[in-house]
Amino acid sequence: MSEVRTGAPLVNRGPGRLLVAVYGIFALAATARSAVQIATRFDRAPLAFLLSALAAVVYVVATVCLARGGPLARRVAFAAVAVELLGVLAVGAASHAVPHLFPEPTVWSHFGSGYGFVPVVLPVVGLLWLRRSRRGTP
Amino acid sequence: MPARHGYDPGVIGVLSTTVIALSLAVALWALVLVVRDRTVGNALLVGLAVLEVVLLAQAVTGVVQLAGTDRTVDGFTFVGYLIGALLVLPAAAWWSLAERTRWGTAVVLAGCLVIPVLVARMIQLWDGAGV
Repeated sequence: MSEVRTGAPLVNRGPGRLLVAVYGIFALAATARSAVQIATRFDRAPLAFLLSALAAVVYVVATVCLARGGPLARRVAFAAVAVELLGVLAVGAASHAVPHLFPEPTVWSHFGSGYGFVPVVLPVVGLLWLRRSRRGTP
Repeated sequence: MPARHGYDPGVIGVLSTTVIALSLAVALWALVLVVRDRTVGNALLVGLAVLEVVLLAQAVTGVVQLAGTDRTVDGFTFVGYLIGALLVLPAAAWWSLAERTRWGTAVVLAGCLVIPVLVARMIQLWDGAGV
């Protein structure tokens, strides 16, 4: 619907402002946590901690691109949020199926239960918002 | 070894309770403004500033207590949380001010809700839990 599109805010305005803020919080939390995990005890759960670092990178990229909101940034944000959704579903399922590979909690394990399940909801909201928001240069 | 169970009635206890209560109060205030479709006004900014001052006091006493304690505390992470908590509200305020709608107010609400989570993690670290 083009009339809906023109009425909708740009990706980094309106509700998008809050979305970027929540992404920023997760970017900070995931980056700090995975940095500490890898720096202090990488050997204990290398796979989990590497995936933790991947999550951190994805959150940072998504935050920056959603905040910038230009045509290229939108596309990169879409890719990052899609990877985020696949990541949280894959890691969430794997942490239940093979728990010994995830001896320590990470942002995506158990579908983000340690973070109030926000990690599994956030990419869905992100994809919906990328669809719903108006295209254009901020 | 100091006893792990039983809450240490140190300054961190009183201050962190104050921080949690205050941040939830400001969050509730922001929520009311969001529901009423209001932008971030000077009054809410003053509320954030007061909360930030208490967070600063918490950071200072936290570091002092960490230096004086004989508990087993992951000090690096503990200080990380103390400092991280100081960055949240200024960042939220800055990000909200460019959005003069209720969504800017919602950003402040989100920032205020992060603080109790950080303080809860800090208390866990103080009680000897890992990251």
